[in-house]
Amino acid sequence: MKPMLAAAALAAALAMPALADPDPADWDAVTAEAQGQTVYWNAWGGSDVINDFITWIGEQAAEQGVTLEHVKLSDTAEAVSRVLAEKTAGKDEGGAIDLIWINGENFASMKEQDLLFGPWAEALPNRALTDPQNSALSADFTVPTDGMESPWGMAQLVFFHDSARLPEPPRTMPTLLAWAQANPGRFTFPQPPDFLGATFLKQALIEFSPDMMALEGPVEDADYEATTAPLWAFMDELTPNLWRQGRAYPQNGARLVQLMADNEIDIGFDFNPNAASNAIANGQLPDSVRSHVHDGGTLGNASFVAIPYNANAKAGAMVVADILLSPEAQARMADPEVWGLGTVLDVAALEPEQLLLFDRIEFGPATLKPEELGETLPEPHPSWMVKLEEDWTARYGVAQ
Amino acid sequence: MADGLRLETLEIRLGGRCMVALDAHVAPGEVLTVMGPSGSGKSTLLAAITGALDPAFALSGRILLDGEDVTALPTERRRIGILFQDELLFPHLSVGGNLAFGLTPSLRGRAARRKRIDSALQEIGLEGFAARDPATLSGGQKARVALMRTLLAEPRALLLDEPFSRLDAARRGQIRELVFARAKAQRLPVLLVTHDREDACAAGGAVIELGA
Amino acid sequence: MSLLRRAPALTLLVMLGPVLAGLAGTLLPAFGIMPALGRVEPGLMPFSELAAWPGLPRAVALSLGTGLGSTLLALALTMLICAGWQGTRAFRWLERALSPLLSVPHAAAAFGLAFLIAPSGWVARALAQLLGWERPPDLLILQDPWGLSLIAGLVVKELPFLLLMTLAALPALRPGQSLATARSLGYGRSAGWLKTVFPRLYPQIRLPVYAVLAFSMSVVDVALILGPNTPPTLAVQVLRWMNDPDLALRLRAAAGALLQLVLTLGALGLWRLGEIAVARIGRAWIEAGGRARHDAPLRALSFGAGALSALAIILGLAALGVWSVAGFWGFPALLPDAFTAKSWMKQGPQLLSPAADTALIALVATGVALALVLACLEAEHRFGLRPSARALWLLYLPLIVPQIAFLPGLQILALVGGVDGTITAVIAAHVIFVLPYVFLSLADPYRGWDRRNAIVGHALGASPARVFWRLRLPMLLRPVLTAVAVGCAVSVGQFLPTLLLGGGRVQTLTTEAVALASGGARRVIGVTALAQTAAAFLPFALALLIPALVWRNRKGLKHG
Repeated sequence: MKPMLAAAALAAALAMPALADPDPADWDAVTAEAQGQTVYWNAWGGSDVINDFITWIGEQAAEQGVTLEHVKLSDTAEAVSRVLAEKTAGKDEGGAIDLIWINGENFASMKEQDLLFGPWAEALPNRALTDPQNSALSADFTVPTDGMESPWGMAQLVFFHDSARLPEPPRTMPTLLAWAQANPGRFTFPQPPDFLGATFLKQALIEFSPDMMALEGPVEDADYEATTAPLWAFMDELTPNLWRQGRAYPQNGARLVQLMADNEIDIGFDFNPNAASNAIANGQLPDSVRSHVHDGGTLGNASFVAIPYNANAKAGAMVVADILLSPEAQARMADPEVWGLGTVLDVAALEPEQLLLFDRIEFGPATLKPEELGETLPEPHPSWMVKLEEDWTARYGVAQ
Repeated sequence: MADGLRLETLEIRLGGRCMVALDAHVAPGEVLTVMGPSGSGKSTLLAAITGALDPAFALSGRILLDGEDVTALPTERRRIGILFQDELLFPHLSVGGNLAFGLTPSLRGRAARRKRIDSALQEIGLEGFAARDPATLSGGQKARVALMRTLLAEPRALLLDEPFSRLDAARRGQIRELVFARAKAQRLPVLLVTHDREDACAAGGAVIELGA
Repeated sequence: MSLLRRAPALTLLVMLGPVLAGLAGTLLPAFGIMPALGRVEPGLMPFSELAAWPGLPRAVALSLGTGLGSTLLALALTMLICAGWQGTRAFRWLERALSPLLSVPHAAAAFGLAFLIAPSGWVARALAQLLGWERPPDLLILQDPWGLSLIAGLVVKELPFLLLMTLAALPALRPGQSLATARSLGYGRSAGWLKTVFPRLYPQIRLPVYAVLAFSMSVVDVALILGPNTPPTLAVQVLRWMNDPDLALRLRAAAGALLQLVLTLGALGLWRLGEIAVARIGRAWIEAGGRARHDAPLRALSFGAGALSALAIILGLAALGVWSVAGFWGFPALLPDAFTAKSWMKQGPQLLSPAADTALIALVATGVALALVLACLEAEHRFGLRPSARALWLLYLPLIVPQIAFLPGLQILALVGGVDGTITAVIAAHVIFVLPYVFLSLADPYRGWDRRNAIVGHALGASPARVFWRLRLPMLLRPVLTAVAVGCAVSVGQFLPTLLLGGGRVQTLTTEAVALASGGARRVIGVTALAQTAAAFLPFALALLIPALVWRNRKGLKHG
């Protein structure tokens, strides 16, 4: 009797998760379950362009029976806090968030604290269209994604400048320093720990640091002092020549565009290679703005979406993630007229009619063509980011 | 039994100190004048009789109205009217509305009530004033409306808290006469608080000095 | 009847229960306990981490400095304006100009001010036109390290509020008579007012002043826009830690929130000591008998400051309005190159649904608050249940405890209770913050109503209920509507309560505005700021129009 009861209990226990969570391998079951679900996608809402794209995704999702609600965040951390609060309160089911636009440190944190559902990303049908060789898709800031998040866009650090005021922009950090010393107060970056600002530090670190291998591993394993010495020497010289002499910083990348429009700075940068064209189309910047990259390549990474462990509409969320990977969505996203973020699909391997969607795209004068974008540098291990931010804050962030 | 207003060994104490000690009887249609310097407790006495005495005071004794002990009743059940120095016409109601507020609820029916109000206005010489804004009336007119409002509630006694002192000399005599005449006609006992000797003389009744 | 007697207790429960519960939810992480992160051992590590943050001394100094400084400046200006101009036509003009500005949300006013005074802002552009600048000067005006811009941004909003509170409290003190007496004794206008009216006035506005002080110490959105960020004020830093991807920093944030609470209490204590000192000095000054007849410069200064403050907000809003319809607008153009309705066309429809939610939440929350406040005030009138000083302090607790210190805990409670993400939870949270302001705004006019009206009413046979509904409320229509307007404005401007308890399912104009504004696009900020302001301003406009309409034939009530 007892062994049977035990076996029954065990079977029941094993069956429970299957009852609760959809199995991504059985895609038909997933789409069936997703019918009629409402997916709350928490994504940063500070850009009109992106908000419009998400609305379009919503229309595609509606055709598949899924209602998509875009919950606009001012910071991804709001979503992370929410899931954490739900876990604290013991709300392990029916959470308020179904899908989060996430990457980097936020992903590493959530994964570490078991706040995510998965693995599921590798089982999506459209995942097959992506390039398996693209390391940016399987490791987010060198933290393995393990299928816990699904990519949907490729970002690369791209600079832009007003060619009417600055015909030839600096294309390396040392030349940037020389230019800043000659033109003090005309350059700045968002204050770390803002994502973009920290990326600037990392870009500088990579340009000055000959040892790329050290950056791939955790910071504890490397000689931090030696590796970052050239970076801090550079920053020591640069900071007094920054906008406001480095005593104040803009708080995010969008403000760089505003500062440039106000003629306060001459160089800006963003993760979206199409940022300059978007700004021109929006009337935020004049037509003379052009993009440029640094010699030797700039940092690139992928944007992902992840599903919280307690999400209410997991099946619907997976369907939305799959839609994001569809050629129609990717081509639309890559179109500078719409957004201009890089695609994660392996364009070379696409079917002819899918390829047509990408060929139609016209790049404006302010956007660099894919071949002009140069090399994509891989991100360092996230622990480097943490240490760099702390160090920067201690040296320049609070001393004023 | 129309016995009038009787104050039986009424004592008002504040913190142990006796402020007012009174034993009086006001017959229907008569006027009792209470006089005294400021601070002698005249207004406190009136507050006690209306039932609006501040909890800081301690009251002992009885207040009898037509034989009924009203000492423990709330103000709205005592049916004792009061006229203050300021006419206190409710500014958000018209003249007619003020009168209607006072008109006893036992008179039912809109038409009947309107008729009563109109005739009341006629009695005080303010015919057609029903829709007027009280703030547009002169001092004398306001005093008359206030009196009418009090009388329409069909009180069984009338208290007057220096109601004539705001009026100019010419009006004062007129209004005073009107009030006393009406009270007498309706056989109301009247308690008048004043510091004006003329009022006391015109009242023609007994005079009590407080705080002497 | 017994329910009315319980009204004060019920009110305190409604307000304090959540605050205390929320605080408990913050205390635990501050002492190292956060089961969701696997931390279960109590300890002082979060506090030691907090102390180890290099920016702490400066951040604390900044919070104290800007909080105390802005409150002091706002109070001083309010008093000088009243002292120099009360009773004059210019005063009425100033009052009319400043009162509607109460409805402008803090963030909108801050954005507008930021654009005005920035080195590439409107004022600078005007100068650039005159002086022929091509580039804006590299001056640290916004985000300056002393927090002066932040103080300015706080003062322009606090001045109308303190002025309104003062005006509500003044009539009962008969300032006109005191001033006339003083002047007949040879005192100048300002000195006369300050010596005879101010000492009696201050106790009446003490609690609003404390509320202002607590608010300025823990404000976040204005500090983000105008305040320094190397380092920021403590409140902003706590928010940053809360938002950091490194979840372990949440513990440090909780410790910081507790420190913020202690700091706020400390500032209040300091202010109290200041009151005593000022009282002592003031008494000596009064007895010295100096007449100070030549106060014309002071009067001009105070009027100028008041006018400037009003102008700052109005021009700031105008600037946001221009941005909302601007095509490309570079430096040093005074107006955009082209105008377009694109921003409104795009954002407008998207804001309709949040606007409806905002209105619903504001009306219900204010309605509940009003009912409770009226019940308390009426209970006070009928049963002599006058709130003790302690009870009043408890009423102010939600305003004094920083929001960030108890809202996260409250969110967990809501989650446990299963009510998070509902509009009901958001409304309940809003009531906590709306109620003190409704009470503040209604208490004095309510108590100042001539009680003899009630006695007359009772003597005419009306029951207490009839007196309340037929006499008191109608006569107090204007103060009640003003209190409703204040309550609605407070509700419209709330951010953290809606965000944390709404779970992303309840969107108001403010949450949308903050999310959209995170992109820094001035055009979008312009649209949302104007929408927010309109939502908060409408009740004020109604509070002016409705009594004027209803009492158009009642001279006695037309002017409140």
